[in-house]
Amino acid sequence: MTRIIVVTSGKGGVGKTTTSAAIAMGFAKKGHKTAVIDFDVGLRNLDLIMGCERRVVYDIVNVIYGEATLNQALIKDKHCENLYILPASQTRDKDALSQEGVGQILEELAAKDFKYIVCDSPAGIEKGAHLAMYFADDAFVVTNPEVASVRDSDRMLGILASKSRRAEQNLEPIKEYLLLTRYSAERVKIGEMLSVTDVQDILSLHLLGVIPESKSVLTASNSGMPVILDEKSDAGQAYADIVARYLGEDKPHRFIEEKKGIFGKFFGSK
Amino acid sequence: MPTNSPTLEFKSGSFSVPILILFTDDLKAIGQQLQEKVDLAPEFFKNSPLIFDVQELNKLSRALDIPALVDIIRQSGLLPTGIRGGTTEQNKEALALLIPVYSAHSSTLTSADTQAPKQKIIESESSVNASATIITRPVRSGQRLYASGDLIVLAQVSAGAEIMAEGNIHVYNTLRGRALAGVQGNVDARIFCSDLQAELISIAGNYKISEDMRDVVSKKSVQVYLQGHTLIIKDIV
Repeated sequence: MTRIIVVTSGKGGVGKTTTSAAIAMGFAKKGHKTAVIDFDVGLRNLDLIMGCERRVVYDIVNVIYGEATLNQALIKDKHCENLYILPASQTRDKDALSQEGVGQILEELAAKDFKYIVCDSPAGIEKGAHLAMYFADDAFVVTNPEVASVRDSDRMLGILASKSRRAEQNLEPIKEYLLLTRYSAERVKIGEMLSVTDVQDILSLHLLGVIPESKSVLTASNSGMPVILDEKSDAGQAYADIVARYLGEDKPHRFIEEKKGIFGKFFGSK
Repeated sequence: MPTNSPTLEFKSGSFSVPILILFTDDLKAIGQQLQEKVDLAPEFFKNSPLIFDVQELNKLSRALDIPALVDIIRQSGLLPTGIRGGTTEQNKEALALLIPVYSAHSSTLTSADTQAPKQKIIESESSVNASATIITRPVRSGQRLYASGDLIVLAQVSAGAEIMAEGNIHVYNTLRGRALAGVQGNVDARIFCSDLQAELISIAGNYKISEDMRDVVSKKSVQVYLQGHTLIIKDIV
């Protein structure tokens, strides 16, 4: 069975594309045939993060309008043979997408035995974001530990619960998971940032994982390598944990507590 | 020679009088268009009484020169006999020209207005007993719920969400959004919740915003009810 995952947030700049790239790579590395689709038509970014921007010929809009086949538009990833990227169009806008068109692409991918389809949602709650989440089975809600992001995520959760295919057809609702990104335990401690507990209290959502604020994310983006491939970085490890947890492995949460300094370790202070 | 027959008598009668509703303060344009209309049926309009209505104009806060307007109307052969919807100043000017002032709404309309809400209240009183709506999933920011009877929410209500009920509202979790009970005017409706952090609470249109609820202790079960026009928030022990 194909599982369609939407990576969404409402707010922009919280790490949706970084997350999409990382988890898609994570699934593929675990041996699952995975596709990742960029729904941000007009502001295409996923190809950069995945490092395939020089190989884009056709895009999702071409497929929807029958100007290219899905096979022609899918880009095979350099690092992992199980991973395919369907880029967005940079020259069109979100109105170029249609519900039937997107539905057909997802069906075709399912028929090609893709196990996971990751839909990278644009920011906002307009057409692009709506179509990215409409067919989803699971939602990864990416949230930063600050009030505006939390509220926008809450709004998005409301839309998932009322405007998705599953909601409209009275099926089992979309499974919602919380991904807290750009988390800094130090800043939480001095009260500059909402804590995991604060965010969960407001959103009451199952926490899939916390991704610490990390320089490695920017480095990875700039070099076109999903951060999960940087196994030494804390962000890369956090994404690996998230993929494992989603696939049913029991991994304790990390990166929530402040890193203990060398003295802390010695004396076991709390 | 004295007679027993009365000299005069007051009786009320109703006449149908054309009303001229004005949308512009451009006197030239008014004069022109008025003349065009009159030219279409000169016999009908000749010496016809006319009430002019300046309510629409005043909504746009455009002051009109009443004496000039009266002149224009007279020039086209009509007899202005009343002003409607004027400001105090305009009414004064009209009276100075011996033109009576009429209130903006006809009497039939106002009586209908006062009757309608009463009926609604009666309806809502019976609908408090209507079956309750039960919500088990969180009400998220941006979502709106309306229940014609009671509304029972077993999950949280997020900030930016709005729940409304003609009857009572129960939230067995944190209430952070807006909750409006008795929205059709039922003053006996109440709000119950186990953690009140609402942006706004209202019963039958009487509301309190979060700033007025600063002293409410969170994570405590409370009920909200109406006493006169004041919302009372009380712990449920």
